[in-house]
Amino acid sequence: MEDVKPQLFKVTVDGIEVEVEPGTTILQAARKIGPEVAPPAMCYYQPLKGSGGKCRACLVRVAAGSAKDPRPMPKLVASCITPVQDGMVVENTTNPQVLDARKGVVEFLLINHPLDCPVCDQAGECDLQNFAFDHGAANTRYEEERRTFDKHDLGPYVQLHMTRCILCYRCVFTADQITNKRVHGVLNRGDAAEIGTYIEKAIDNDFSGNVIDVCPVGALTDKTYRFKNRVWFTKPVDAHRDCPTCSGKVTLWYRGEEVIRVTARRNEWNEVTEFICNTCRFETKNTSDWVIEGPTKIARGSVISANKYRADLQKPAFGQRLAAAQYKTVDDTRDTSQLGIQQLPPERFNKSLPSATE
Amino acid sequence: MAIKVLTEHINVPGIETFDVYRKQGGYTAVEKALKTMTPDEVVEEVKKSGVRGRGGAGFPMGMKWSFLAKPEGVPRYLVCNADESEPGTFKDHYLMKTIPHLLIEGMIVSSFALGANKSFIYVRGELMYVIHILEKAIAEAKAAGFLGKNILGSGYDLELVVQPGGGAYICGEETALLESLEGKRGNPRNKPPFPAVKGLYQCPTVVNNVESIATTSWIVNHGGDAYAAIGIGRSTGTKLISASGHINKPGVYEIELGLPVEDFIYADEWCGGIRPGHKLKAVVAGGSSVPILPANLILKLGNGDKRLMSYESLSEGGFQTGTMLGSGGFIVFDETACIVRNTWNFSRFYHHESCGQCSPCREGTGWMEKVLHRIEYGHGNQHDIDLLVDVARRIEGNTICPLGDAAAWPVASAIRHFRDEFEWHITNPHEATQPGAVFKGDMALV
Repeated sequence: MEDVKPQLFKVTVDGIEVEVEPGTTILQAARKIGPEVAPPAMCYYQPLKGSGGKCRACLVRVAAGSAKDPRPMPKLVASCITPVQDGMVVENTTNPQVLDARKGVVEFLLINHPLDCPVCDQAGECDLQNFAFDHGAANTRYEEERRTFDKHDLGPYVQLHMTRCILCYRCVFTADQITNKRVHGVLNRGDAAEIGTYIEKAIDNDFSGNVIDVCPVGALTDKTYRFKNRVWFTKPVDAHRDCPTCSGKVTLWYRGEEVIRVTARRNEWNEVTEFICNTCRFETKNTSDWVIEGPTKIARGSVISANKYRADLQKPAFGQRLAAAQYKTVDDTRDTSQLGIQQLPPERFNKSLPSATE
Repeated sequence: MAIKVLTEHINVPGIETFDVYRKQGGYTAVEKALKTMTPDEVVEEVKKSGVRGRGGAGFPMGMKWSFLAKPEGVPRYLVCNADESEPGTFKDHYLMKTIPHLLIEGMIVSSFALGANKSFIYVRGELMYVIHILEKAIAEAKAAGFLGKNILGSGYDLELVVQPGGGAYICGEETALLESLEGKRGNPRNKPPFPAVKGLYQCPTVVNNVESIATTSWIVNHGGDAYAAIGIGRSTGTKLISASGHINKPGVYEIELGLPVEDFIYADEWCGGIRPGHKLKAVVAGGSSVPILPANLILKLGNGDKRLMSYESLSEGGFQTGTMLGSGGFIVFDETACIVRNTWNFSRFYHHESCGQCSPCREGTGWMEKVLHRIEYGHGNQHDIDLLVDVARRIEGNTICPLGDAAAWPVASAIRHFRDEFEWHITNPHEATQPGAVFKGDMALV
């Protein structure tokens, strides 16, 4: 079998040619070229079968269907589910129609998404935040009421904050494919659709925690980590342990000396490489449980890497006081006096921030 | 008297029973097909007839059949889409309740042509009494030997199953219908693969509308060429039109394609004109999802010719000045109808029926509905009109299934042709929100 090499397909994405195996999707071909031309993906998740096609964030224009039939496709296509053809020419960021459609998708995703990033655990590692930052408009045209839901506890570890959900169905596929007892699906339809468990049932199995990792937004959160910290104050470190149920390969998130969170490892597309069990995720939060491998590679542009491993104390003068405060917060000795906030007149707080105290 | 393919015997008393239907020449197509023809010959006749899918898209039926993959050892399925739920369309409902055996005969012939041994009729759940009628008819046909094992001694087996749906508009989309039929949540599937390759239970499947399938028995009896001789150009045959609204004689009419729209509205044989004392304002020609057209554009083409009831003529001029034949839900408005309110009503329907799978449709339909609601109730702003156009533009074509388009087109077309009326609602909120208030400005009434 090995000597029969499948013929590779030549695909051009934004003017860059790449050779991929037949059956590859446009998105995967673009990812092979690099992050500059890879379309964003909010619902597609490579490890999960059947995911994709829903969020429409990855829409691209196919300028030529294939070498045999070089007609363009009439509509924009979802690149995550469209297989490539030999000689296909794809326009991603080079096509204004695509960028406009994507702007629309950001707008649609955000109209019912609360802009509560300042209090959301996902902020800083949120796919929607990144997507909106890259492709969205700065203002909103939505004046209507947003849909809201109550928070639900799904068992002892996971909390569902449906208001933030963008209905990517990733957690549904995870529950279907990783775990064997599915109690987790989508109820209702349209913009009233919600992720739910059958009559408030808890998600109760060894791998339930993975739904937190696959969630692109802050809808499914880790109850052992909720409101503990901001992701950019933590240091991610790769570690492993002998686990009888899973691979045991994880990322530990440190604040000071303390492991405050354990997650599965992610690749450069923010996708989990190996799903981990709940014991690893929730119950082994001591450094002594783990064999440390080294710091996790974080993309240069990510806020997670901001101010992390810098040893230099030679800061420009204007930022020194602020920087000092940030270093302290990493070690949890937050002192707001150093931030200079208290120098503002107190009545200003009373006027402009009435709801912040709730 | 125009030729009637489907409704020829519809007024015969007792036509819903097997015996009466058989006496009127029913089930001869089954005899002819099973005894004298091969499945491929039946497909060839349907291809020759040029009959196009009557569910709305107008895709040639014979071509759809010929796309069906035929791998060895894998069952093939025929599914009849009787989940008719487009506002303004009620032809399938009428056909199934009055002459159920026509559909069953068509199902047998079509299943034979496609080599399907198990076929499904997916009926919308609200029509429980129609389901009972169909089940009774199937039992009668089975008792007479037209269904079951070894039909008429030809060695061909067919089991026919009537499946009630849960009452969702989205389950009229063929892949959502298949999901629903499999017992899952009725979400449309990503395409490709198309149902012709991987459909019901991942097997090759053809999904056809009730009217399309019912037509096949006539085509087998009289030949594809005879069917192609009816109609005009590529719009062959006859079409059931569900006429409703401000007309004298609402109801289901079978027309030969190519009939002028003007004749259809004003002739006594069909709609019988606008109700006395009123004038035609606008028409939705093919069910709520197709673009609405004002009176002058629906009756005349750009070059002054009469617009005809055919796929080509109705879509003449693109969406700027044209519309679509769609599923034949012909809704007529006179000058007392408020287009803003009507658009809001349609939009509300699509908001309610969006499955919530893909983001433009899930969020956009709700957004449009809320903005239209605001305009209708006197809280609109001038920039809302352009906002609606922009939202509709960003939904259209960017969704998994055509529901997004269906939601966007009525809004975009209503603003395109009746912008004055939207502006009047915004600038005169007090006047516009009075009970029965309607725009009386400059517009083309016929």
